[in-house]
Parts: sequence; C-alpha cells; structure tokens
Amino acid sequence: MTMDMKPTGLPHAAAGTEQYLSFLLGGEEYGVDIKKVQEIKGWDTVTRVPYSPAYVLGVINLRGSIVPVIDLRLRFSLEKVPHDATTVIIVVHVPGDRGERTVGMVVDAVADVYDVANANILPPPESLGAVEKVFVRGLANQDGKMLILIDVDGLVVSSVDGASQAAA
Amino acid sequence: MTLDLEMEEIIKVFFEESFECLDAMESGLLTLDTTADRETINTIFRAAHSIKGGAGTFGFMEIAEFTHSVETLLDEMRNGMRAVTPDAVQVLLQSVDVIREMTQSAQAKQPILTVGADALNGELARILAQKNVVAAAPITDTAALPAAAAPVPPKSAPQAPGNVAVTSISGWRIHFVPELTLFETCNDPMRIFAELAGLGRLDVTAHTDRIPPLPTLDATHCYLSWTLVLHGAIEQARVIEVFDWVETVSKISYEPIYLAPDAGVPSAVGAGAAAPVAARPAAAAEPAAAPAAPLVVAKAGSDAGSIRVATEKVDALINLVGELVITQSMLGRFAEKYDPEDLESLRRGLIQLARNTRELQESVMQIRMLPIGFSFNRFPRLVHDLSRKLGKKVELKLCGENTELDKTVLEKIGDPLVHLVRNALDHGMELPDKRLAAGKSETGTLELNAFHEGGSIIIEVKDDGAGLNKARILAKARERGLVEPDEQLSDEQIYNLIFVAGFSTADTVSDLSGRGVGMDVVRRNINDLGGHVQIFSNEGVGSTIRIRLPLTLAILEGQVLRVGKEIYVASLVSIIETVQPTREHLSSVAGRSELFKHRDSYLPIIRLHDLFDIEPDTRDIAKGLLVVVESDGRRVSILVDELLAQQQVVIKSLETNFKHVPGLAGATIHGDGTVALILDIPGLIHNFLERQSGRIELAA
Amino acid sequence: MAVTILAVDDSASMRQMVSFTLKHAGYTVVQATDGVEALEYARANLVSLVLTDVNMPRMDGITLVRELRQLDTYKFVPMLVLTTEAGQDKKMAGKQAGATGWLVKPFNPEKLLATIAKVL
Repeated sequence: MTMDMKPTGLPHAAAGTEQYLSFLLGGEEYGVDIKKVQEIKGWDTVTRVPYSPAYVLGVINLRGSIVPVIDLRLRFSLEKVPHDATTVIIVVHVPGDRGERTVGMVVDAVADVYDVANANILPPPESLGAVEKVFVRGLANQDGKMLILIDVDGLVVSSVDGASQAAA
Repeated sequence: MTLDLEMEEIIKVFFEESFECLDAMESGLLTLDTTADRETINTIFRAAHSIKGGAGTFGFMEIAEFTHSVETLLDEMRNGMRAVTPDAVQVLLQSVDVIREMTQSAQAKQPILTVGADALNGELARILAQKNVVAAAPITDTAALPAAAAPVPPKSAPQAPGNVAVTSISGWRIHFVPELTLFETCNDPMRIFAELAGLGRLDVTAHTDRIPPLPTLDATHCYLSWTLVLHGAIEQARVIEVFDWVETVSKISYEPIYLAPDAGVPSAVGAGAAAPVAARPAAAAEPAAAPAAPLVVAKAGSDAGSIRVATEKVDALINLVGELVITQSMLGRFAEKYDPEDLESLRRGLIQLARNTRELQESVMQIRMLPIGFSFNRFPRLVHDLSRKLGKKVELKLCGENTELDKTVLEKIGDPLVHLVRNALDHGMELPDKRLAAGKSETGTLELNAFHEGGSIIIEVKDDGAGLNKARILAKARERGLVEPDEQLSDEQIYNLIFVAGFSTADTVSDLSGRGVGMDVVRRNINDLGGHVQIFSNEGVGSTIRIRLPLTLAILEGQVLRVGKEIYVASLVSIIETVQPTREHLSSVAGRSELFKHRDSYLPIIRLHDLFDIEPDTRDIAKGLLVVVESDGRRVSILVDELLAQQQVVIKSLETNFKHVPGLAGATIHGDGTVALILDIPGLIHNFLERQSGRIELAA
Repeated sequence: MAVTILAVDDSASMRQMVSFTLKHAGYTVVQATDGVEALEYARANLVSLVLTDVNMPRMDGITLVRELRQLDTYKFVPMLVLTTEAGQDKKMAGKQAGATGWLVKPFNPEKLLATIAKVL
C-alpha cells in the first residue's frame, strides 16, 4: 500500500501557514512538513546494514533506489513494537551534501494533514534533552491538542550521518 | 541585460574555438618533427592567427600580444624564410601550453598571468634573431612586438614628415589626383571630403582638365581632380588617414599652411612632398590554401556530467525497447486469460523476455562506452617532451585506440597510465648509447595496446627497454625488511614488489617517478576500479605491464553467498576458490588469529558473522565454507554458511541516501526485490589485516 | 529597405561578434564561413556591403574580393577586408583585388560601425 503524498492534489495552505502531515508515535502526535513527504508505504522487507545503531533498521528497495529506514520509536527511545502488515513507513526527502536523499521513517500510524499558522508555533520546551532539540522544531496547538513539529532535515542528519557504531 | 548575455555566449564560443585551435596547433607541431609539410605549417599558422584575432577583439590583450609573437615565427616558417628546427618546434609547443593556460585563466575569469609568456618571449626573440637559412626578404610587417596593452590602430605608412609642431600649422593644401579607376573599388571622393570636413573648414576646388571629349568619355572613370584647403591646426597623420584607402590609386600631396605671416610662401616641409605615384607593387596575393586535412582532435570526456553519444547507439536502443514492448504485451495476455494448456507459450515468452532484457542491458552499457583513444591521445605529446628531457630516443606506437570502455573507467585510468608510461621511459628505456652498446636500435619503442578479452578490457604498456632487474629488486626488498633473507619468491612475486609503497630501486630520484610514490597508487587505483595489474619482464629485452579492467562499473559479476539469514554478494573477480575446510588444515596462532592452510600458504580467516554481527548457521569453521579471496596481492579466507548463485548484479550506491559503510561496496536488488549488500573485498582485507597486525602488511 | 551586410570569417566567434554589433545597429547580416560560401551566396543575392576576413581556408578574403568584382552585380558594392596584419602587403593585395578599403583587427564595435557608415 503506497499513498503518494505529493502536494498536487492537496489544497494549498494559506499564507503564513504551513501544511503538516501528522503521525502517531507512542501516544503522541507529531507533524512533518508535508512538502518533504514523498510517499507513505506499508511495511517492506528490510536488509540489515552492519555498524548501524539499533534505530537504523537497514535499507529497503524503493523502486530501484536503496533507501535507509529509521525506526522512530527506537530513535525517540520509546518501547520497541514488532513490525507487521499494519506498520507504516513515511518516506521523506531532505537536502544532503550530495543532493537530495530519501529516507524512510517507521511510525505507528498516519493521522491527518493540518494547516498550522506559523504564529501558533511555540519554541520547544527546555525540558527536552539536547538530543531531541535537534529535531524538534516546535510545538503547535492544533484544535486543542498538542502537535510536536519535527525538523525532518535535522532528524535525518542526526540519525544517519551522526550515528555509527564502531566496527566490531 | 540580454546584450551582455549574448556577448557572454559569443565569448564562450571564442574560448571553445581557441582550445580547438590550440589542440590543432599541438597536433600539427608534433608532426612537424618528422615531416615539415607546407600545408601543416599553414594550418598551424592559421590557428594561431585566429586565436590572436579573437583574443584582441574580445579584449584579452595579453593573449593577443603573446600569440602575435608566436604567429610571427610561424609566418616566417610558412613563407619559407625560416627552416623548421626541433628547437623552434619545442619553443612553439611550449608557447601553445602558455597560450592554453592564459586562455583557461580568461575563461575562469581570473587574471591572466604573463610569467610564462614573458619567459617564452625571450626564447622566441632568440630564434627570430638567428640568421635565417634562406636569404630573408625584408619583412614588410611594420607591426613590432607591441608593448602597449591597448590595441593601437596602426596608421598607414605615409611619407610622414618630421615632427612639425602642430601649433604653427594653420591648415593644409591637398592636391588630390585620383587614378581613373578610382570608382572600381567603390571609393567615393565625396565620402573623403565629408570626412575631411569633419576635421575643419574645407574648401574644395575641382579640376576638370582631365575630362575627355564626350565620345571617348567612360562613365565609370574618375576624370576629376581636386585641390582641397583644410583649415585648422590638424596633424598631418590625421589628414593622411582620411586618404588611407585611396592612397595607392592616387597622387596626393600635402602642403602645410603656416601661421607665420612673414613666411611669405607657405613653406613645404621637405618630406611633405610627392606622395607615392602608383600603387605599390602588391605583394603576391594570399595563395588560396588547399583544403587542410581536418586534424581530428579527440576531446576527452572531461565533463563528468554529460556524454556525447553516437546516434547509432541511440537507434539500437530504441529498437530494443520496441522489441521489449512487444514481448511485454505478449506476456500481458497471460495475465488476462490464463490457460494452463498454454504453458509452452508462456515459457517461450519468458525466454524472449530474458533475451530482450539482456540485449537492452548490453546496449545501454554501450552508451557509456568511449574509445580509449581519448585517453591515449595525450601520450604523443607526453612521450615527445619526456624523451627529449631525458635525452632518450623513443618511438610511440598506439594500438587499439578504438577499443571502447566505460566512461568512468576511462577517466580514472588516465593518471595511472601516465605514471606507467613515465616509469617506462624513465627507468625502463635506456639511453641511446647504452642501447647501441647492447646491440639494440638507438630508438626504443613504447607501445600502448588495448583490446577486449572476455568481459574485460586489457591495456598493455610495453617497452623494449632494460627490463626489471630481479636481483636488484630482491636486494632492495631485503634491505628494507620487506622480505626475509632466506625467503624464496617467484618471479611474479618479485615483480610485484615494485608496487609496494615507497619502494624504488632508482639510484637517483629523478623528479619524474623515482620517488616511488607512484606505483602503489597505480595499483590501488586499478584495484578500486575492479581490475588487476600484472608485470611481465625479460631482463635486457623489455617489460610489459598488463592491466585488466572491467568493461563497466555499474554491473558486477557476483557470487551470492549466505551468512545466517543475511545475503551478500562478492565480486567473482576477487574470488580464487571456495573450499570446504577440514580440521587438519585449521590452526590458530596465539589464540588470536585463525589460519587456514591453503595449498602452501597460511591464510588468515575472517569471520564475517563476527565482523557484521550476524547470527550464523555455525561458528565451527569445519562445518562452514571458506571463500578464498585476493586483493592487492594479499589473500585471506572468509567464513560463510552457503554459496548461492553466480549472477550479474547491478551495483547501487549506499551513499546516495545512506552513507559509506566499511566493508561494503554498495548494494543490489535481489531477485525477490529485497536488498542484498555487496562486499568490499579489498577493503575488508585491508582493514582486517591492519587490525590483526597493528601495522600495514606488505606484499607476501 | 534593409541594408544587408555579408560578413565572412572562418572564426565563429568573430562572425558572431560582427553580426551582433551590426544587427544591434540596425543592419541585416548574412554570415558565411569562408570565401566559397560567400561567393555562392553572392551569385544569387545582392548585399549592400561585404566584410571579409583575409585568412580563411578554401578561399581567402583577397581572392573572394577579386572573384566578387568579376560579378556584374558586385562591381559597385563596397568591400572591406578585415585583417590583423598591420602590414602593407595585405592592404595592397586587398586594394589590388578591388577592395574598397580595410579594417584592422582588433577593432571595437564603434570603429566597425564608423567605418561601415563611411562607405554606406
């Protein structure tokens, strides 16, 4: 099951607002800039890659491209859950040194698309650890619930580039 | 501003043209060494001339000035006024290099340095000052080597007077008597008078004394003549300039008119008298040049981002895609209507699909293929310069320039080849007298040969020089501690010693290749491309270096293998063989390294499951399989659980979206759609051995 | 009626430079890469002015001028030779062949336009 989320079919956000795709993870709702979302995939066989931290599950074949997959539960230090047919992978593309790179993120479920006014975004609270601050852009109050906005670029860089286990 | 953009585009064309001209000059100059052919010299001259003209027009004055000096020498040569000497050719070749550098600076919008040009100007002047072989006709070119940066429009050579102070002149009386044929060149006196009138007040008096009776009057002739009085303190040169074009077809005299009231008669300064009577004898018109044979200049694909493809290759591709579409629609029928009876048709369809895919793949690979001539074409110049520098006589032979290989491989094999050629010339080739003493011809031969063999391309660098001195190499190796005193080595192993970093038997370090930094890099570069290099040598007779490279980097002949639940692919090129080890052949040293006795040597064992943290089928080596692999002359064995198929795999990058992982060379899509990782055998071996011994291992 | 100039030079950048300058001054420009092409064009078409380089393969500028003067239609068309030679011999050869005058390279656009204005 693949849903192409390219913005062509979606109504454009009003000025001063950004559109976010939200997903559920461990009881919280998170949002990612929809312009960075390439597609939403179902679970796929992942090939393990050595010398990677536990949250980098490995790589998958996405229409001929080798795409790494990050388990966000493990990345956010939440309890691990087994992956099955209902598991969802959000595929994002972010800028990198060599041009754009494509990365998959495993989440619990995809929720909705929100228009978030930039004015409504609060800075991340101090209580967040240094690690999390890298990829949390801020908090948004959306229809009474709190949406944690993710900085996808920062998340990918810190998860893929920043991390590597020493060779055995 | 579109105007500026247009100019930018035109200037880009100028740069392209200039580089082509420079290449043509170089090729031409290289052939001048052997045959001083009239047409070739002309072509070289025209190329320089073209660069000079363009450079001046587009404002690159340093280039224009220097090229002018070069052109002067070439002009003398093409007019037969100066012989073509090796010395002159060498200076000209160096000049081409300098012009090329200057043009590159201009193209990169950087300041043009004239250091090289200044140095060579001295050399050019020296040659030009030498007595000519042929009695020189007076050079009519009045333009001296220009010193000024700005273009100075040269004034015509008039009967210029001495410096008459302009302030004392109040005007000019000009007698203008054109020849009857003035109109034939579309020169109109009215135009001239209008220009003069622009300089000052002009009085014109026409003389009709030459007009013949009507019956004999030819309407196309100019019978009139004029006396013109131009008022104003105007420089004679400026006045003369107006008559530039008609000067040779007229009688013109210029009389200055002075202010001095007591002068009485307007004094005619001596030199201002009679202008040239008739047109000067015109120099022989430019001989119509015979069509020059186009000097084919191959441009190496230096632009990594694009490829020029022959249309035939694209057409072939289109045809194959067409066949694929047909096969696909044929197979598509089965999806709609599956008839178990028709299994035979389905099978045939699939075979056809396999064939279409294979042909399509081969055709696409062809597109990235370029002839190795693109890399070979730098060698004539290199060998020419180098042999001169070393004082050796060498003839270069190139074979198989049309042999094609992958563009990326081609780009990366260039530097290693250069190093091998330099090495052959420097160390392999003997000096002429030594060759004669050895009963060889004075001129040595260096051959570059390329051909296809199996799925690879073979490139040979062959010289008929001194060959490798085994004893010296062995001695040096023992001296360096690379080889044990009593260790016996095969010829091949001895030759391979020269690939070790820092190894060099050159007594004096020549600045070219004696430092020994090169050969290890050469081998590593070749290995990185998935290739091998071998040395064959015969002392006193010569050496051959043989490089084997894969035709393409995108596809790998691979051995699929399994460790635990994980699938990996290893390049077949690296695999020597796979064995089922027996316990007697296994041993361990100091409880640290495990060794496998393979034939006559002990190979370290790499436990891949350990390295990659995989749960294997078995940890007992005797129950598994050992894959013996080799890279850089070093062999190890890798423990795996099972060997699967041998197949061609498409190499995909891990770094595009992920990053480089030590021990892996990339990834590929397995038949079932999942990803299989490709092992980096050279990397694995290197890292493993380094870790084991704590130092860099040397050739065994 | 448009004033057409025939510009002949084997160097593409020079041709384009001349063409660019002249077009922006309002002239119509026809380009030819050497004397042979120019002569072929001239046999079938009339222009107001011919501007030709001297050093070209196949047929040089001087020969072109001489050939053009043989054509009835081109007897009274002004022709200028573009030469980098400051030497008399090229200028003389040009005149001998029938050229109206010359223009020495390198020239700047102003000089080119001023010179052309003199003959047109």
